[in-house]
Amino acid sequence: MSGIPHDHYEPKSNSEKWLHSRLPIVGLLYDTLMIPTPKNLNWMWIWGIVLVFCLVMQIITGIILVMHYTPHVDLAFASVEHIMRNVNGGWAIRYIHQNGASLFFIAVYLHIFRGLYYGSYKAPREVTWIIGMLIYLMMMGTAFMGYVLPWGQMSFWGATVITGLFGAIPFVGEAIQTWLLGGPAVDNATLNRFLSLHYLLPFVILGLVIVHIWAFHTTGNNNPTGVEVRRTSKKDAESDTLPFWPYFVIKDLFALAVILVAFFAIVGFMPNYLGHPDNYIEANPLVTPAHIVPEWYFLPFYAILRAFDGDVWVVIAAEFLTGGIIDAKFFGVLAMFGAIIVMALVPWLDTSSVRSGRYRPMFKPWFWVFVINFFVLMWAGAMPAEGIYPYIALIGSAYWFAYFLVILPLLGVLEKPTTPPSTIEDDFNAHYGDAASGNGPAAAKIPAE
Amino acid sequence: MFRKLVISTIAALSLSSGAGFAAGGAGYVENYEFSFQGPFGLFDQDQLQRGLQVYTEVCAACHGLQYVAYRNLSDEGGLGYTGEEVRAFAAQFEVYDASIDDWRTATPNDHFPQSGLETAPDLSLMAKARAGFSGPYGLGLNQLFKGIGGPEYIASLLTHYTGEEVEQYGTYFYENESYPGGLIAMAPPLWDGAVEFADGSPNDVESMSKDVAAFLTWAAEPRMMARKQMGFTAIIMLGILSVMLYLTNKKLWAPVKARAKAAAK
Repeated sequence: MSGIPHDHYEPKSNSEKWLHSRLPIVGLLYDTLMIPTPKNLNWMWIWGIVLVFCLVMQIITGIILVMHYTPHVDLAFASVEHIMRNVNGGWAIRYIHQNGASLFFIAVYLHIFRGLYYGSYKAPREVTWIIGMLIYLMMMGTAFMGYVLPWGQMSFWGATVITGLFGAIPFVGEAIQTWLLGGPAVDNATLNRFLSLHYLLPFVILGLVIVHIWAFHTTGNNNPTGVEVRRTSKKDAESDTLPFWPYFVIKDLFALAVILVAFFAIVGFMPNYLGHPDNYIEANPLVTPAHIVPEWYFLPFYAILRAFDGDVWVVIAAEFLTGGIIDAKFFGVLAMFGAIIVMALVPWLDTSSVRSGRYRPMFKPWFWVFVINFFVLMWAGAMPAEGIYPYIALIGSAYWFAYFLVILPLLGVLEKPTTPPSTIEDDFNAHYGDAASGNGPAAAKIPAE
Repeated sequence: MFRKLVISTIAALSLSSGAGFAAGGAGYVENYEFSFQGPFGLFDQDQLQRGLQVYTEVCAACHGLQYVAYRNLSDEGGLGYTGEEVRAFAAQFEVYDASIDDWRTATPNDHFPQSGLETAPDLSLMAKARAGFSGPYGLGLNQLFKGIGGPEYIASLLTHYTGEEVEQYGTYFYENESYPGGLIAMAPPLWDGAVEFADGSPNDVESMSKDVAAFLTWAAEPRMMARKQMGFTAIIMLGILSVMLYLTNKKLWAPVKARAKAAAK
């Protein structure tokens, strides 16, 4: 794999040879674990491991929770309280699962922003990027359905609002919505199928994660310089890379342990900070909460959804041009899904010849505005849709689309990039050869082979 | 880059708090001090016991506590009653038992009754179902420092009646500075001296309000002490693991970095 010249697994003992000629599974694991990895990867390359950890943690805690949970509209809320009060350690499992979703999304957003900054989506890694976007969509679906299961007020009303989006599709929307819900409204049938799918999708994600890893093991990792590993000879490749085990496994595990310290501080001391108090009120179809808010990780897209109301000129134009088929509600839905689609298409929208943002002086400020804009949208999505907030959301949404559809295509033409180092080895040596980098005398004492 | 990462993580956490974006017209909530606040905060056992007394003598007339069982009163990290005391406490109440289709004396395994008054919400989770703080500008940063504010909301609600009554469509509402919208259907439930504590603890409205708010916080989160304990255990263990992995990583990479340094010269 990876096209980078390196040593492959050689079965030594007879039993290894016996197995290898029948099922080369040890070789597969060996080559996966020993993949030559660019040695200049920085701390933004740790999120992959964190995400795999999150997926496994969510699956394990989730399987335990299902053992005690009852998917019925009259019993679901009480069964969650049963978990919190009567099941041994149930409160811990449930709080870890609940906050684990937030850790999962923090990690995935940082992972995506890493990819956007260092151009990890560019050729030849487009397939890795597309699979990643599919995983992200699946994650959103899984998280949304998981949030419905405790059957609190936000569960119920969040489900009502979000499934209502499908009702906005012209002609077939209502039929699709009914089909999704299993009835005319969010009810017992909805709760049951959401549990079923919430259990199924993580395993689909697991499969996609394997494909995601397979894809980037085929192309090799990107790195902060965006310069490819030299494939001219094994010696050149070895100057640019180190095997994933142990160098990056240990580094990533260190980062994971630090992140888990913060995670358990939240689980232990403020487990409900990222949740919504209304979800501790049992679902009541007759009482609408004053303010329906999705979970924090959906807020930027929720802001985009709500930004395009009937007063925005593009919406009016779209409604006029399509003879009313695209109304404000459907436009908002299209904008929300469109926001993710344009992000998925970024490998073909970014025209720059240089991969890493590090060598793109004009790209940098636009990128950081994009990051800030993400947080502004998140905030606007949490605020009521009145006063100044819809305008903020509209400006933010406009920037989101402009970034992918106008700024990135134009920058490739207008920008004059600086010169990246010619090899990864040069970048690494320049970084660690610098006395100011703080790698003290202890490192210098060890002789260079 | 690592610093950037830490900053962005903190920013993500603080900006994102979906919690407590209280709706417009949210009432005033006073930031009362409670013993269980913060990572080191513990329930005050005497306060919880006083709160149970206020709940039993006042709130229970209309409100229920359906997710709490009498046996929970002897749980560790809570009110600290003995099994004997809990049996005696439960024996004061009658419960309807479907299996004998009749009422019988309650045992520790029975739950507190549901709300007797249809319009009175169950209080089992009230301390987690309300946010006291959400600012500034809806960013939820206050919750990082003050807590989400459920118990503060309960105590404020009980202490911030103005004494004004308003009649709307034949129903009386009571003006309350802490209740969203300002008019609440519940008449002021407490007055100075409403409950006599055996140990002579202060029984003014504010003290009783804080006591019952503390009790309801326990009712909503009976495993809070165990949770904080787990938090510390996990942080210490993972902290040690982090240091060990840091040193391992440093040692592992030292020769690689030394070679890079030599090559750069």
